[in-house]
Amino acid sequence: MRGQDRTGSAHTRRRFLQMAGVSAAAAVAAACGSDTGRGGGGGGLSHWYHQYGEDGVEEAVRRYAAAYDRVEVSVQWTPGNYDTKLLSALQGGSPPDVFEYQTKADLVRAGTLAPLDDVIGDAKDDFSAASLASHTFEGSVYGIPQAVDTQFLVYRKSLLDDAGLEPPTSFEALVDAARSLTEGDRKGLFLGNNGGTDVLGPVPLWSNGLDYVTDDHKAGFDDPAAAEVFGGLHDLFESGALLLGAPTDWSDPSAFLQGLTAMQWTGLWTLPQIEEEFPGDYGVLPWPAFGGDGSASVPVGAFGAMAYADGPMVEEAKEYIKWLWIDQTEYQEDFNLGYGFHIPPRTSLAEKADELASGPAAEVVGFVDGLGRPSSPPEWTPAMDSAYKDALTNIIKSGKDPEGELKAAAGTVQGELDKIFG
Amino acid sequence: MPASAPPLRRRIGALLDRPAWAFWVFAGPFMIGLAVFSYIPILWSVYLSFFEARNTVAPSEFVGLRNYAQMLTSAAFLDSLLTFTLFALFIVPTTVAASLALALLVNRARWAQPFLRSVYFLPAACSYVVAALIWKLSIFNGVRFGLANTVLGWFRAEPQAWLSVTDPPWYWLVLVTLRLWLQVGFYMLIFLAGLQRIPAVLYEAAYVDGARRGWSTLRHITLPQLRTTTAAVLLLNLIAAYQAFDEFYNVLGSDGAYPPYARPPLVYLYYTALGSGQDFGRGTAGAVILALLIAIVTLLQGRLLGFGRERT
Repeated sequence: MRGQDRTGSAHTRRRFLQMAGVSAAAAVAAACGSDTGRGGGGGGLSHWYHQYGEDGVEEAVRRYAAAYDRVEVSVQWTPGNYDTKLLSALQGGSPPDVFEYQTKADLVRAGTLAPLDDVIGDAKDDFSAASLASHTFEGSVYGIPQAVDTQFLVYRKSLLDDAGLEPPTSFEALVDAARSLTEGDRKGLFLGNNGGTDVLGPVPLWSNGLDYVTDDHKAGFDDPAAAEVFGGLHDLFESGALLLGAPTDWSDPSAFLQGLTAMQWTGLWTLPQIEEEFPGDYGVLPWPAFGGDGSASVPVGAFGAMAYADGPMVEEAKEYIKWLWIDQTEYQEDFNLGYGFHIPPRTSLAEKADELASGPAAEVVGFVDGLGRPSSPPEWTPAMDSAYKDALTNIIKSGKDPEGELKAAAGTVQGELDKIFG
Repeated sequence: MPASAPPLRRRIGALLDRPAWAFWVFAGPFMIGLAVFSYIPILWSVYLSFFEARNTVAPSEFVGLRNYAQMLTSAAFLDSLLTFTLFALFIVPTTVAASLALALLVNRARWAQPFLRSVYFLPAACSYVVAALIWKLSIFNGVRFGLANTVLGWFRAEPQAWLSVTDPPWYWLVLVTLRLWLQVGFYMLIFLAGLQRIPAVLYEAAYVDGARRGWSTLRHITLPQLRTTTAAVLLLNLIAAYQAFDEFYNVLGSDGAYPPYARPPLVYLYYTALGSGQDFGRGTAGAVILALLIAIVTLLQGRLLGFGRERT
């Protein structure tokens, strides 16, 4: 269907109908179908980014694009719901030539993403394993990782010392620590206001030797071992040791900084603020193993630069991606460390960076290298994710039977997997 | 205005004599807007609901009633329809009773009536999103310094994580108080308008005939006279209950996900059709089912309450 009628009139008609359909579909005045970002006329490449929170990133990416002299590149900076805007543009509207996103099996199957194996070439060995795995589907690379982000536990050293506790290295020890550290207005542990149901993703599965999807494309959590982990998280939710209903969520360090909690699950981006508030008085930990089959882990996510496979200038787009994210290593360094706090996906750069050379930040880099696994692998689609998260909410928050909930979610996930691999 | 009447009438007559273009000049833009932004999208949604329309709004694969069958067997969708039918059964009478009571009180106020009217109406002018954030972050946050927990603290009760726990479902308290605060003022205004249209002679005649102020005049004069107003308020309220979206989405949604409880049908459809799912076929089928449900319930209600019938 795609590409067979890309004439001018069909194009505008389709875009119009897309907007019409969207607004009718749920009676929501969706102000989508924004400026498409196609660079003024002829010959240029369009390049989409989502809106980064940190100051200076927009200027930086515009500067990189302006420095490219082979083709004119127009950057579109996209505030608001980037996922929806990008997906609608890729599906019916005017897709960008180059964009950042996650590699997803359904996009690959639809022929939307151009394989970038020749772009990454020999540099492949230099990328951290988890970031590359996020963008590899059936042996081909579809996105060049731009910046690595991860999540982990932070804890107040002094509070653990006062309670005579060692940093927890098993789930049992984590629960014990959370209970002992709960005192007065302070709770022991903060996993976000939904008790971790919306943020932990595959991490609890890894902690007991399981995964979202097995190697032979089966749902990987219809298993007593998974029921055991989530039952444990439900007990933790009920224990009174978890901070719930904080004014900010897990992605913000405020609850930890204000002393509402002694330990928190949070992201790499919060480390500079924590360092400023508690220099020397905090430590970082991966999510601990649950049972003997599992291991400690951290989830790794990385947006990758991608090329639209059906675009009129695919070769130029791939050449530009190679120039920007493979050849210009100083841009990758600047992009990761100049504004916010991310890990450059190329290990040669991560090793050189002063900011990541010592202290907890260096430990986090070690977690990513040694324990990092892709938080959202390509075969894990949004429909699977919502079924899985619903099951987690029902088990952890509402105390429903873990085995039944997981079986139902596994059924949905298997249906989606069969569509992709069947 | 008798002085200006002849020229005006002549001008209108001249317009009417001309071909129909005058009609189209005035009504045309409005009708084009209505067609483009309402009718075509509605018809297109119905069309889409019969197709496999994942990731596209120009589908080619006709699937008949499959999307409808899938939606009607989807436990999540049925659950949200059921939840919001129960929600409507609770929130509609509550809103109507509260706004009627407020209207009666404000109507009787001897002084500062315009002030009171504005005070109660003001929340209706507040953005649902802003109000949702105030409820979520300042009033009903789970830590000790939240407003609701401060009040609990006066009675030495433990702080509650209002929006995090599901047993007991305290989130309904948050959502219902928020909705009442946002909507009661608006419906109060409609009731006030209705009250002020009741002719004073009716009450005077009743007093002459020996009726007492208070309950008996309320029951035999005020409420019957408010019948059409009440029917209209019930109708608007019912539709609003099924169309709940903004405050639910902003209070309970997080990180692009919504928990599987207290999930309004529109939020479910939003994630199906417009979230990363982009399944317009099933999304529009669900929207059509929801629209039909609203239409049926509204018609039933109209029949029961006699909305639109001539006053006897």
